[in-house]
Amino acid sequence: MREAPSGRDALITGIGLVSSLGEGIEAHRAALSRPGPCRPVVDAAGFAPWPVHPMVALEYDRQIPRRGDQRQMEQWQRIGTYAAGLALESAGVKGDAGLLDRTHMVVAAGGGERDYAVDAAILSGMAAAPDPDVFLNERLMSDLRPTLFLAQLSNLLAGNISVVHGVVGSSRTFMGEEAAGADAVRIACARIAAGQGELFLVGGSYNAQRPDILLQYEMGGLLWKREFAGVWSRQPAGGGMVMGSLGCFLVIESRAHARARGAVAHARIGAIATDRCGRAPGAAAATAARQWAGLRPRVDGAAAAVLSGASGAAAATVQERAFLSGLGLPVRATASVLGHSMEPSFIANLALAADVVGQGRLFAPLDPGEMEAPAGGPVAQVVVTSWGHWRGECMALVEPPD
Amino acid sequence: MGAADLDPQGRPVVVVTGMGLLTSLGEGVAENWRRLVAGQSGIRRITRFPLGGLRTTIAGTVDFVPAEPLCAPELSERMAERVCEEAVAEARIGARADFPGPLFLALPPVELEWPQRRALAAAAGANAAVSYDDLLAAAGTGAFTDVYERFLFGSVAENLAVRFGTKGSPVAISTACASGATAIQLAVEAIRRGETAAALCVGTDASVNPESLIRFSLLSALSTRNDPPEAASRPFSKDRDGFVMAEGAAALVLESLAAARARGARVLGVVEGCGEKADSFHRTRSNPDGRPIIACLRNALADAGITPDDVDYINAHGTSTPENDRMEWQCVSAVFGERAGRIPISSTKSMIGHTLTAAGTIEAVVSLLTLRHQCIPPTINYATPDPALPVDCVPNVARDARMGRAISNSFGFGGQNVCLVLKPAPG
Repeated sequence: MREAPSGRDALITGIGLVSSLGEGIEAHRAALSRPGPCRPVVDAAGFAPWPVHPMVALEYDRQIPRRGDQRQMEQWQRIGTYAAGLALESAGVKGDAGLLDRTHMVVAAGGGERDYAVDAAILSGMAAAPDPDVFLNERLMSDLRPTLFLAQLSNLLAGNISVVHGVVGSSRTFMGEEAAGADAVRIACARIAAGQGELFLVGGSYNAQRPDILLQYEMGGLLWKREFAGVWSRQPAGGGMVMGSLGCFLVIESRAHARARGAVAHARIGAIATDRCGRAPGAAAATAARQWAGLRPRVDGAAAAVLSGASGAAAATVQERAFLSGLGLPVRATASVLGHSMEPSFIANLALAADVVGQGRLFAPLDPGEMEAPAGGPVAQVVVTSWGHWRGECMALVEPPD
Repeated sequence: MGAADLDPQGRPVVVVTGMGLLTSLGEGVAENWRRLVAGQSGIRRITRFPLGGLRTTIAGTVDFVPAEPLCAPELSERMAERVCEEAVAEARIGARADFPGPLFLALPPVELEWPQRRALAAAAGANAAVSYDDLLAAAGTGAFTDVYERFLFGSVAENLAVRFGTKGSPVAISTACASGATAIQLAVEAIRRGETAAALCVGTDASVNPESLIRFSLLSALSTRNDPPEAASRPFSKDRDGFVMAEGAAALVLESLAAARARGARVLGVVEGCGEKADSFHRTRSNPDGRPIIACLRNALADAGITPDDVDYINAHGTSTPENDRMEWQCVSAVFGERAGRIPISSTKSMIGHTLTAAGTIEAVVSLLTLRHQCIPPTINYATPDPALPVDCVPNVARDARMGRAISNSFGFGGQNVCLVLKPAPG
């Protein structure tokens, strides 16, 4: 049974999504509805042997008008600040100083780009330096751009959004890969439900086109290095992640607040639960089963679907596949087409879920094979899952707003 | 829950029932308090790495906590473990590895460090010219999986959640130098929502490594008054020239008053209110008109349901940078009016240094101790008053005073501002 609408419901009233598929939710809908087999945008050469999904070309001036601001940012911040601008615009909040003054920001972020040339030069010179540690000090003192620090700090995506878009109600940044994105949304929704805020900007960004990002996950042995394939199709060959550049922000607002200002809602976040486990065999499935038990009475199995955040990393993806197979709902793992984007991956799936319930239909399978069956009929509810590639399990329910 | 357990706005009163503290001054609440009221400094010459080529050669390092491999997330985790042990033991809450609530962790951003980068380069066998391609080739050998896990943004929180058995998804926070206060604020909100009866808040920071030091140095944020080290951090003095990086951690067990009373816990203090406000002026500088910080202070007072006249002590953000201390005084003056010069405003960063991510948590604990002991730790190194800042900074010597409420200020890069209102244990 759907729960009756309440003034404290958390509604999605703004979506800003940019990825390899395009700019804006409409572009994503169009790309996912194109007839024929799914065609992700993959750069197989730039970081070979690692395929990545590159960010679509964006005209940054449109959301970050001052060139000086753009110069102060690295790419992950430009992507995020751009997506935040799209979300504020679509919610009718952009430029409204009164609303921005009480917009609460919750950002999920990792860290920023390094100066790869400086790193390489230092590593190259260190071996021959008489005192490698002093050499390191001297080179960092002379070669690091002072402002690069500000592009690296996790909370400086939020800081840039404050500077560029004037969001100043509050600003909090969560760290911790996929779980950070899930908890950012969960806590925003909980604050709305409890009246601890009315208007939130929640999101994150990811620049996958970075050698240091690939380095981190290559150390974990978690990257897919073969010819591109969807997340489920990779599993017989040992699985692996293909990283995707992506930015996604949502304006999430209480129903009472949205109604009072005449804002149009895309969807309601009907429920969200996050948790962790140590990933002993069966543990993540047990967490998900508890989360599903909470949702199940509210889900109409004949008109629901799953958007999965499965990363492609073998351990979690194989276990999630087994769990999802038991639900009897059509499943789409969006990392097959967007790539995996860590912190904002779950938030992007909420955006896509909001669009699915808005359209009332699910897009075609993203990965050939038995895991993703065509949807039989209209879809009115979407269960969004996020199992972190290492830790963190989240499940949310996205429904039409009314 | 009786009426006494609710604040005037009808929300659960949030109390502190356990505290842990570890800084360059030493380990434990008692040892730190003893040294703070004695006006002692923990700032020293750095011995952790060679200092050649550096403008700043001092910090408040924590050198007595073993961490292997020594890197920011590892030492941050080791310190966090110790302060959580102390806080949980004092609160006598839950069972071993079974804390009955969530974890909110203030943690510095995680980034691969130079020893790891050098190890990758060495493993690649690259000689003259090392590139990221070489590092990537070495990464793929499978010899670095422990490095991967250590440098995930989520692994410190995960490990602490396992060790202390906290409930739910642990939340790791970065709001720059306000992170520690944000962790407390998130916990207060969760308890007020009725989502949990208890929460474990910890702030920890072990960022004294060459690149972090150099990054702040290149922003001209650090003191270069290297000799003697203990005289470098001099908040509110006319000759202040920057902050001193420092390491440390603090933990607080927060509970609803109702839950604390029900289990007969000793209440150490009350978190009466939290305020925040972001600043859109600049990435590192506060709006010169002070509006965001002023709004932050007023939001905290409003959240606590009190007026400026109710505040008896302010634990300043007081970093000892020319700009911070001037802005902080300007904003305190605006909020507290002509009374501002009569409110004791001390900066314990004069002794501990600036523990960055952990500062908000450490200073919340120090503020609660100030209220409990009715004694104000001083601002040391105050020899040359700044005529532009007519502040009663409790110069150099601790002072006994009657105090009913304290404010702890935290401001950070990225326009982050958080203020906490704290009260001693009732009656």
